[in-house]
Amino acid sequence: MAAPIPLQPKIRTFELNVYYGHKHALQDVTLEIYANRVTAFIGPSGCGKSTFLRALNRMNELIPNARTTGRVEIDGINIYDPNVDVVQVRRRVGMVFQQSVPFPKSIYDNVAFGLRLNGRPSKAELDEIVEQSLRRAALWDEVKDRLHHSALELSGGQQQRLCIARAIAVNPEVLLMDEPCSALDPISTAKIEELIEELKRDYTIVLVTHNIQQAARISDYTGFFYLGRLVEYNRTRELFTNPQRKETEDYITGRFG
Amino acid sequence: MTQRYGFQREWSWQTLVGVAFVATTALAACCLLGLSISLLGHFSIGGLPHVTWEFLTEAPRNNNTEGGIFPAIYGTVLLVILMTLLGVPVGTVTAIYLVEYAREDAAFTRWVRFGVNTLAGVPSIVFGLFGLGFFVQFVGKGIDRLLGLELMWGKPALIWAAATLAVLTLPVVIVSVEEALRSVPRQLREAALALGATRWQMIRRVVLPHAFTGVLTGSILAVSRGAGEVAPIMFVGAAYSLPELPKGLTSQFMELGYHLFVLSTQSPDVEATRPLQYATTVVLLLTTFALNLTAILLRLNMRRRQLMNR
Repeated sequence: MAAPIPLQPKIRTFELNVYYGHKHALQDVTLEIYANRVTAFIGPSGCGKSTFLRALNRMNELIPNARTTGRVEIDGINIYDPNVDVVQVRRRVGMVFQQSVPFPKSIYDNVAFGLRLNGRPSKAELDEIVEQSLRRAALWDEVKDRLHHSALELSGGQQQRLCIARAIAVNPEVLLMDEPCSALDPISTAKIEELIEELKRDYTIVLVTHNIQQAARISDYTGFFYLGRLVEYNRTRELFTNPQRKETEDYITGRFG
Repeated sequence: MTQRYGFQREWSWQTLVGVAFVATTALAACCLLGLSISLLGHFSIGGLPHVTWEFLTEAPRNNNTEGGIFPAIYGTVLLVILMTLLGVPVGTVTAIYLVEYAREDAAFTRWVRFGVNTLAGVPSIVFGLFGLGFFVQFVGKGIDRLLGLELMWGKPALIWAAATLAVLTLPVVIVSVEEALRSVPRQLREAALALGATRWQMIRRVVLPHAFTGVLTGSILAVSRGAGEVAPIMFVGAAYSLPELPKGLTSQFMELGYHLFVLSTQSPDVEATRPLQYATTVVLLLTTFALNLTAILLRLNMRRRQLMNR
């Protein structure tokens, strides 16, 4: 195995709060997420873990009445600063959703979508990046003969890997994954988990999952959210073997959820 | 109390009310079916035999008591095309603004919605008067004055009738395009934005292609509703009878619906024009049906494509 990449904070949040109308969905979250690590967030439904994830690329702004206070710094720059262009934020912080949502276009055009948003890349450039991205998403061999078929012909697991390929094609620094396996069968899930292990060499991966075992299997750091608060945040092994808080222990041992 | 066995039905007042309700709704549905069949049947029987090639291709003769209706068909087609060109883009752009950009709680949005609803509720004859006052007298006369022309734009004309109808159909276009835009899944929009698309890129590359057929269908339905309107164009360009076909935007024109009105109320010999009235009605109905049918086929085709993509 290659030498582990030294620990460097990539994302810092300071007293991050998100409100939906009067609902205080995320309360005072302050933490550091490290580069080239997989950080998982777990917790019961409605605990704020997805809200937290969506705060990291300003996706919550699309929800009417959502309001965010506090700071999210990526490489030391607060992405909520009024001078920051949200489009640039999202180009650097990619996202994979729970429901795999390929555009109703060809496989090729799906992967090329992000590249075409920014200037007019040549055919050769596109071909290369599309192939590269599909290879890295472990999908190339399955689709190389039908790149121009509709992406909607793919199976659920393949669609989700396509969404990952689409997200990494624009070469982001951070990859946010919102329950990427919750709609998939165990074999597809195993493939995606393997992929996440691979991808962390190049990206900072932040993962929200319902699946406690998944967090334990693939993450380096784990945070536990409950009722809008970050209850505990630690190295995954520490958090699972020696939880400091009772709620954490109850949750990971399956006493509620 | 009597012994109960299993889940046997118990007759009661409630059951009776239920049956009566089902019967009433079914009866209403039958009435509707009967009405549409008798309407179609009546006009088909009375009119179809008179819809001949000559009728479709010739001009009226002898003070509208003989001959065909070609000028009216020609005028209707021109009117519909022009009205579509004027109304659909404006309606589509408004709907895009309302769905994609406007904040639902902003005062401006509420006023725009109020405007759309008001337009939708205005009687069509009022649109006619509005068209005369605004388009003909104000806009048209204004253009004449500006360009120093005698009397060119400031009189009833094809363009002003089309504009009036465009305003009339605007609310329908807006509402149906809004519906088409809203049917684009939120996940698709978010996926595009998460890839670093600007709002406009998202609309242009994801929302509009996805909603295209819906926009088209809605527009056609709106236009087909406008195509049969008579009241709005009576004052702004439709002519009783014309010796020649309209030559430009400022010409007057004949129109099927208005021609029907003329045939049945303004003719010196209503009895003589009766076959013409029936035949004209059939043509008008067929035109509107053709438009509606196009919309339905488009919608079916879109649905089939969506299913195949699953």
